[in-house]
Amino acid sequence: MASVTLENVKKVYPGGVEAVKGITLAIPDGSFTVLLGPSGCGKSTLLRMIAGLETVTDGVIRIGSRVVNNIEPSERDIAMVFQNYALYPHMTVWDNMAYGLKNRGTPKDEIVRRVTEAARLLELEPLLKRRPRELSGGQRQRVAMGRAIVREPQVFLFDEPLSNLDAKLRVQTRIEIRRLHNRLKATSIFVTHDQVEAMTLADLVVVMNQGRIEQVGAPLDVYRRPASRFVATFIGSPAMNMLRGRVVEPGRVELEGGSLAFDPAEFVIPSGSEVDVGVRPEDLVIASSDEAAGLSFTREFIEELGATRVVHGSSGSELLSFILASSAPLPSETTLRLTAPSSVVHLFDRSTGASLRRDGAGSA
Amino acid sequence: MEKRAIFSGKLLPYLLLAPQLVITLVFFYWPASQALWQSFLLEDAFGLQSEFVWFENYIHLFQQPDYYRAMMNTLVFSVAVTFLSLSLALLLAVQADKSIRGAGIYRTLLMWPYAVAPAVAGVLWLFMFQPSLGIVARAMRSLGIAWDPLLNGTHAMILVILAATWKQISYNFLFFLAGLQAIPRSVIEAAAIDGARPVRRFWTIIFPLLSPTAFFLLVVNVVYVFFDTFGIIDAVTGGGPSKATETLVYKVYIDGRLGGDLGGSAAQSVILMMIVIALTAVQFRYIERRVTY
Repeated sequence: MASVTLENVKKVYPGGVEAVKGITLAIPDGSFTVLLGPSGCGKSTLLRMIAGLETVTDGVIRIGSRVVNNIEPSERDIAMVFQNYALYPHMTVWDNMAYGLKNRGTPKDEIVRRVTEAARLLELEPLLKRRPRELSGGQRQRVAMGRAIVREPQVFLFDEPLSNLDAKLRVQTRIEIRRLHNRLKATSIFVTHDQVEAMTLADLVVVMNQGRIEQVGAPLDVYRRPASRFVATFIGSPAMNMLRGRVVEPGRVELEGGSLAFDPAEFVIPSGSEVDVGVRPEDLVIASSDEAAGLSFTREFIEELGATRVVHGSSGSELLSFILASSAPLPSETTLRLTAPSSVVHLFDRSTGASLRRDGAGSA
Repeated sequence: MEKRAIFSGKLLPYLLLAPQLVITLVFFYWPASQALWQSFLLEDAFGLQSEFVWFENYIHLFQQPDYYRAMMNTLVFSVAVTFLSLSLALLLAVQADKSIRGAGIYRTLLMWPYAVAPAVAGVLWLFMFQPSLGIVARAMRSLGIAWDPLLNGTHAMILVILAATWKQISYNFLFFLAGLQAIPRSVIEAAAIDGARPVRRFWTIIFPLLSPTAFFLLVVNVVYVFFDTFGIIDAVTGGGPSKATETLVYKVYIDGRLGGDLGGSAAQSVILMMIVIALTAVQFRYIERRVTY
């Protein structure tokens, strides 16, 4: 196993498109790191540079202590699981898994041992003689995993490996991947645009946007203390409400539909500052009638999710939503007052989008 | 999965098949059966009388040393042209598949020879290698190579092989390039990560995945060499010198058209037809099984 270190890594494509704009990141040995971001944010390019499938325009990539910038993919001691699995269509499941070992001149009995072991672990034993086209999507995915495992590489790379599976299988496979990681303890880098995958799989989440890192941190840390407006709205479903506000006094921000309290120890901001106020739908509660603070809310429609319901509406001219447990009674009136504890109110700089939290919460 | 079309009446499916059937019958089965019938006849040179002679034309054919020579020529010619045109086309396609500057122009240029008529292609090569005028021939002579396809049978054979290969490379190139582009990029990347260097990657991944294309081209090329190279041979050597480049199809023309031996010529066409049918059947039966994946 090995750590992976990136120092100011850049990728500029021949057309002049800057896909990755200088990324510095340390991926600890044995960790499960997820690169998360919307499509086109450069996360796949970054992964492919680590794999050696894309050249590095600038910067240094290290696997362990070795600089790998100019080392062929075959020499980097990595394994990769592709989005479309990239199985060799003319080979059986067994040969697909054994191919990488044969290329490296592994002794025959060792190949048999490792492939048998991986097949057992992934429940592929009955399928070993089949060709990829005779397998279902989930089975192909497992073969792709098996092909990576048998190699016992320093680093596992995953390029959106779950996105071709149906919803149910995706959840199941996600759990299997995490279980496998707990067992093998191999350094893993996983690329996805799905924040749920990132939250559930990762030890370390790296949120990327437009070729840059927005935030690095443990999943809950990123969720609770987003470093920017982008991270705040990208992580969490339904997305965090974002409202325009003005700080009127330390610990109090005025919005179009009312006012909210925030923690003045966390956010030290001069009064009169124009800010963006973020509150997660799950943090908003219906205010009791005697409370002075809070926001006005006009209900428009409700999404039923089973355990919870998402109430959509507006506060003044701005859209707002909040979550209610299905068991809680739904107020009959269409106009309500909502409030939130000061600890869950996030403030962001209106122009830069950066969090105004005093410690700059994990901003990389 | 079997796909079945449902027709309400019996007439419509036959009507839909009719154009294809008519074309096949008129342009293939009819001439073929004519040739077969003619191969049993002995006709005088003016076509005034004919006599049914059973297998005499065939027996006579197999008693001619010239016929065996034509067979040998065809074997050498077809193996050389098929091998050269397939392997060179593959090499060019692999190069063209790389993302290089000007790949589009390169590909277009490589397709041009296919648009050249066989006889024109032949004349082109004839001029280049003409011992007294051709630029290539002169260059070779200045290098001390005694080059004379007009007198030397081996040189003549090399020349027609080159011309026929050059003509066919474009076609093969096109199919190989399409085949290469159909291989998912990620499969090749996976092989690279799996520790396969480029040469090994080619033989263990790319080539097996191309094999259905290669097999198809093999069949098409063999048929091409057997029949469609007539124009090239006629333009470049006319079967000479002293029948050194006379292939089976060229001999059919010489004997029937110029020699007036219609029965013998028909017998040769029948044999030629059977050879190609047999080759194709063998290829489909035994080789295709191994190339599907």
